Amino acid sequence: MASASAATQVLEVFRYSPEQDPEPHFQSYEVPFHDDWVVLDALNHIKDRMDWSLTHRWSCRMGVCGSCGMMVNGEAKLTCAAFLRDYYPKPIRVEPLTGFPVLRDLVINMDDFMEKLVQVKSWLIPKEPRELSQGEYRQSPAELARYKQFSMCINCMLCYAACPVYALHTDFIGPAAIALAQRYNLDSRDAGEQQRAEAIQADEGVWECTFVGECSKVCPKDVDPAGAIQQAKMAGAIDWYKALLPRGKG
Amino acid sequence: MGIPVHDVLIVGGGGAGLRAAIAIGEEFPDLSIGVVSKVYPMRSHTVSAEGGAAGVIKPNDSLDDHCYDTISGADWLADQDAVEAFVNEAPKELIQLEHWGCPWSREPDGSVAVRPFGGMKIRRTWFAADKTGFHMLHALFQTSLRYKPVVRYDEFFVTKLLVNDGRCQGVTAIEIRTGEVHAIGGKSVILCTGGAGRIFPFTTNAAIKNGDGMALAYRAGVPLKDMEFVQYHPTGLPGTGILITEAARGEGGVLLNKDGYRYLQDYELGEALPLDSPDHPRLRAMELGPRDRLSQAFVKEQERGRTIQGKYGDYVHLDLRHLGQKKIDKQIPFVRDTAKNYIGIDPVYEPIPVRPVVHYMMGGVDTDIDGATSLPGLFAAGECACVSINGANRLGSNSLTELLVFGRRAARVAAGFAIENPAVDEDAIRKQAAEEEERIRSCFLERTGGSETIADIRTDLNTTLDKGAGIYRNEGALKETCATVLELKKRFGEIQLTDRTRTFNTELQNALELEFMLDAGEALAFSAVARTESRGSHQRTDHPERNDEDFLKHSLAYRTDGEPRIDYKDVVITRWPPGERVYGKR
Repeated sequence: MASASAATQVLEVFRYSPEQDPEPHFQSYEVPFHDDWVVLDALNHIKDRMDWSLTHRWSCRMGVCGSCGMMVNGEAKLTCAAFLRDYYPKPIRVEPLTGFPVLRDLVINMDDFMEKLVQVKSWLIPKEPRELSQGEYRQSPAELARYKQFSMCINCMLCYAACPVYALHTDFIGPAAIALAQRYNLDSRDAGEQQRAEAIQADEGVWECTFVGECSKVCPKDVDPAGAIQQAKMAGAIDWYKALLPRGKG
Repeated sequence: MGIPVHDVLIVGGGGAGLRAAIAIGEEFPDLSIGVVSKVYPMRSHTVSAEGGAAGVIKPNDSLDDHCYDTISGADWLADQDAVEAFVNEAPKELIQLEHWGCPWSREPDGSVAVRPFGGMKIRRTWFAADKTGFHMLHALFQTSLRYKPVVRYDEFFVTKLLVNDGRCQGVTAIEIRTGEVHAIGGKSVILCTGGAGRIFPFTTNAAIKNGDGMALAYRAGVPLKDMEFVQYHPTGLPGTGILITEAARGEGGVLLNKDGYRYLQDYELGEALPLDSPDHPRLRAMELGPRDRLSQAFVKEQERGRTIQGKYGDYVHLDLRHLGQKKIDKQIPFVRDTAKNYIGIDPVYEPIPVRPVVHYMMGGVDTDIDGATSLPGLFAAGECACVSINGANRLGSNSLTELLVFGRRAARVAAGFAIENPAVDEDAIRKQAAEEEERIRSCFLERTGGSETIADIRTDLNTTLDKGAGIYRNEGALKETCATVLELKKRFGEIQLTDRTRTFNTELQNALELEFMLDAGEALAFSAVARTESRGSHQRTDHPERNDEDFLKHSLAYRTDGEPRIDYKDVVITRWPPGERVYGKR
């Protein structure tokens, strides 16, 4: 652990400005080392005090808005939760999340995910529509617990960056969107599973997912997208068998 | 070439903006809706709200009780007609959100659970563990995806309101990805841009909370109301300012000074019941007093030398140990995660160091009870607006509900305005947008010879507001802050940027955000120096008493070329005449 205030740490940062750079390159910055700094603090220090052109997204700096996901030494991380001390004194390499087009420096284009949320209908499709005057749907703590973990997804895209299938086929609906679909499928108030299944099971990507589980490993919120994908597959397989059964017995 | 034009254009995609968009989608399906947000909507700062959303639902509660708690919490500066409307509609809005899938925590019988919160005499705070804002925002965002008339402009940064013929008819926005400057028309425009906590150095607020909407309205001639009222949340983590939710105290957590003593009992907040008492935590008492009083007690305790010294200033302890791991993990898991991750303290075994931290702006764009401003066609809702239901001190868990109630109210009236009024004058607003683009080019992107940096001016703004407009204020310090803010505005004219590219130019965005912050800071400081009384969160050591004779009034700050002009308007009193704020009494 560094003691003197003179301690520093080197960040090797991926740089790419489409208007200026024919291709990406890395730039090194030597920043003060602080025991309680996260990688995001170091990036903000660079931006405020060393190089205003450095471009990254961030907002809440407390692990809930999902803006600041990047590759840190090759691992998909929220930079607001990646402490310098865990890398010190070795240099830290910071890159944009893999698998996405880069807009500039550490900023990725995530249009694709925004469309996928719509594709999987990640909203409640009510079983029985209810008037406000009828009050809330009853949902027991146990029913809440069935889908709760899938509702914790902050859309940070770390799971996509870690997903070997998405790396090859960007049309794969992917871990977070499937987890969110499953979040509603498992909700006792919802009856949209069939509609969502059409989008999910038509996607070849689901069947290519080999349950490597990288998505669940990198998830900063302990959502288990790999589990959601397996559940979706299972449901799909059962539907397929059901279709083969004589009518009325399925 | 035509410009995009919507019936209703919403600026901001957080709780209020999305609620407004859905309201129009539901109730006015023929109208076209634009939602312009400088971040993807699910990144909006609503996401960080933790503890809960207040609304009367249980049989032991009453609308009048919620009104009284809110009004007394506000130190009588809230408009009582607005509070009544708010309290009335609150439960319907929370049920509506339940119907849209919000994962509210539940009682064993499947009904929604409620928890105690500061300043509320009955348990009425709905919650989704301790990530209520996160779940509300995602439920709203995902629900909004269903509505085809909602056109989103994600990562578009609004720089100016376009006013033509005495009517707000749209905005200028930079498409951050390309740097292109667009005119986007709206027959009515709703500002839902949130607060301005970042004008202070130590805040729970996210990086994006720069007072954008407040400044946009202020520049268009709309007054900012009650800007001197700034909420310090009593429990932020030293250093980062990360919030530890009031729900931690709602569940029974206590505040201790350096001697392990529950010091709040010395500040007219009632007696300290034993932790194993069935009556602990007592409502409207001690740790469940209102935020202004708790933050003020911290400062007094600090003056007595009974706080603990730390690397990032003095602090006290928030002790949750007696709650036990099971309760902490079930009711406030995010508190445990946050404390463990950011300061290496597990609250199951150790108390959490906390200190007051800037959290919320009670003030904002002056609106009526339907979100309408004095500029026809311009509406505002959420933290950027001041209706006012929060008066001189907001009660915890009223703001999430406020987003819903007033997001919808503003939406309905804005939709009506759009239906009744003629089309947007596209040529006129396009011309104005071209002028704005020229300003951005000449003052920022192509400017040379400037000597000031964003970071320096921002730091100086933070410092002067902290010094003059903190928890306790006085005339001398406030006057200095006023002068400094004006000086900083001059210095801003000398700003020099280095990044001349268009693609995702966050330096340019940060500069324009700083310009917004300077306007918000100016209105705040000048409103604060003019209010020579103490009320709620505005405590003047040189005027320690509340003065209803002269100041049972909202302040209104109008922008001028020099100092802002401060005016006043009466508070609406319906059924609750001004009285003493009493906490801790049995």
